[in-house]
Amino acid sequence: MTRPAALALLLLVASVLLCVAGVAVGSLGWEPVWMRGGDASAAILWEIRLPRTLGAWLAGALLGLAGAVAQGLFRNPLADPYLLGSATGAALGVAVLLVLIGASPMAASGWAARLGITGAAFAGAVAAVLVTLALAKGVQHTLRLLLAGVVVGMVFGAFAALVMFWEPDIMRAMQAFLLGTTGFLGWGSVGLLAALFVVNLAAAVMFSRALDALSLGDTTARSLGVSLGPVRVVLIGVMALATGAAVAQVGLIAFIGLVAPHLVRAAVKPTHRWLLPLASLAGGVLLLAADVLARWLLAPRELPVGVLTAVLGGGYLLWLMHRRPL
Amino acid sequence: MSLLRALLLSLCAFAWNAHAAKLVDDRGVTLELARPPQRIVTMLPSLTEVVCELGACSRLVGLDDFSNWPAQVRQLPRLGGLEDTNIERVIALKPDLVLLASSSRAVGRLESLGIKVATLEPKTLADLRRMWAQLAQALQVPDGAARWQRLEAKVDAAAARLPAALRGTTVYFEVNSAPYAASEDSFIGELLARIGAVNIVPGKLGPFPKLNPEFVVRANPQVIMISDHDARALDTRPGWDRIRAVRDGRVCLFDAQQGDVLVRPGPRMSQAVQLMVDCLQKRGRQP
Repeated sequence: MTRPAALALLLLVASVLLCVAGVAVGSLGWEPVWMRGGDASAAILWEIRLPRTLGAWLAGALLGLAGAVAQGLFRNPLADPYLLGSATGAALGVAVLLVLIGASPMAASGWAARLGITGAAFAGAVAAVLVTLALAKGVQHTLRLLLAGVVVGMVFGAFAALVMFWEPDIMRAMQAFLLGTTGFLGWGSVGLLAALFVVNLAAAVMFSRALDALSLGDTTARSLGVSLGPVRVVLIGVMALATGAAVAQVGLIAFIGLVAPHLVRAAVKPTHRWLLPLASLAGGVLLLAADVLARWLLAPRELPVGVLTAVLGGGYLLWLMHRRPL
Repeated sequence: MSLLRALLLSLCAFAWNAHAAKLVDDRGVTLELARPPQRIVTMLPSLTEVVCELGACSRLVGLDDFSNWPAQVRQLPRLGGLEDTNIERVIALKPDLVLLASSSRAVGRLESLGIKVATLEPKTLADLRRMWAQLAQALQVPDGAARWQRLEAKVDAAAARLPAALRGTTVYFEVNSAPYAASEDSFIGELLARIGAVNIVPGKLGPFPKLNPEFVVRANPQVIMISDHDARALDTRPGWDRIRAVRDGRVCLFDAQQGDVLVRPGPRMSQAVQLMVDCLQKRGRQP
């Protein structure tokens, strides 16, 4: 078996084990409900823990995929999925929604309620990416895109901070969103995340050879017969959609998109055909592990899952770097 | 004999003065006040409410942005929030006492500018009682203790209005949709205990724990108390439609003003208890 295939198998086994753990860890800590039976337990298992567990894995996988795409596309090991401004865009969307709901009960019962935090976050993320693309005049200049993304991220972040300053009441809800939360994932969210994951992974893998060529530079890629225009459009689309969906469902979970591809690269040196699915698997494993621990450590209290992803992923990466330079 | 009496009297007067001029704040710092403060700045709504309840509303010269009760304080200058106190404007008001929350970052800055600063932040009933006594002493309000007794009596009277059959109703009080809950250890939890409701969130989790939403489904409370703008998505949370309170529509919504009454430890706690009792009477299950 090749090394990437072995790693994929390892990550799949870890995913399955973590899914079992995710279903067994609840508000009382380790309590495998399948041992007890009973109507309430079955409901908790099927309606809360299972969708939450699968949703956390899928959101992590989307972030890992978006991170691998971003690092390949921008040829920059520091690139992460939030690079096009989607994170702060989502934060601004949520902040504005919370203010609208707080300000008028009419909005709270009307369209704002139907939109929800999820919808507002997605709308904000998409808006920020569109502004970035407009500022960069399309996707053809990677450096312009990178710079525009950073600027848009700053500006949207500043607006979000301004909204929070005006309405300090929303601070606590915003903090929960900024640290990420996997607590309210239901079957609807899981369906949406799964569909987007399949579509995005397929699209990204289809262009994986172009990503390989791109790693040698634009000119070389062009001389190898890669038409860069459509490649960039599709990959930016994948990045924006995957990030937007994940952020909308679980909030701003830091670090997974950055660290998942590096974890894979630290173990094997794959081409993008392998890197993209492996980074997704690593992202899923990472977020699910963080989610299980977040529920478990202080049960029935919950740690913010974003804090744990940074500690777990960052800690592991530092250990790898200590063992042998990347 | 008369000499002795005079001596005793003067001793008493001395004792009274020494008694009156002191304020021990949350840091344990003893503040020596030459005379009762006449220009007070309060930077916490609870403090504003207690100072006014002690009859010293007219001595307030500046407030934080959130103090909104009683109505007569609404005209006063606003000096910023809890974290962004406007030092310059506080100094400009020439206060002889500034009352701040313990967490305020303005404390050191104001003290270095020579302002008398006391940090008082009531988080529990016991805190409130201690703070009440300290402020009554510092402001030289002679009937501070009697006013506290009257407030306690009003709380008891409001709590007694709850029918005995509704005591023991299990309640989940959500402070924020993260979800943060008010546990038995919080001020809200203490008031709930006062009316005989059973809080599903135990005090050992800390006053406002961030819960695993599954915990609430598990505990299956009979009544949920929540602010009106967090309530809209309650039944869309996974599994929450099974909770008795959600299924039977036993959810009490509090608007922003009622929320202020509930979350601020202060003289309006009798109203807070009344709100809780009304909620249980309207939504609680009659056996």
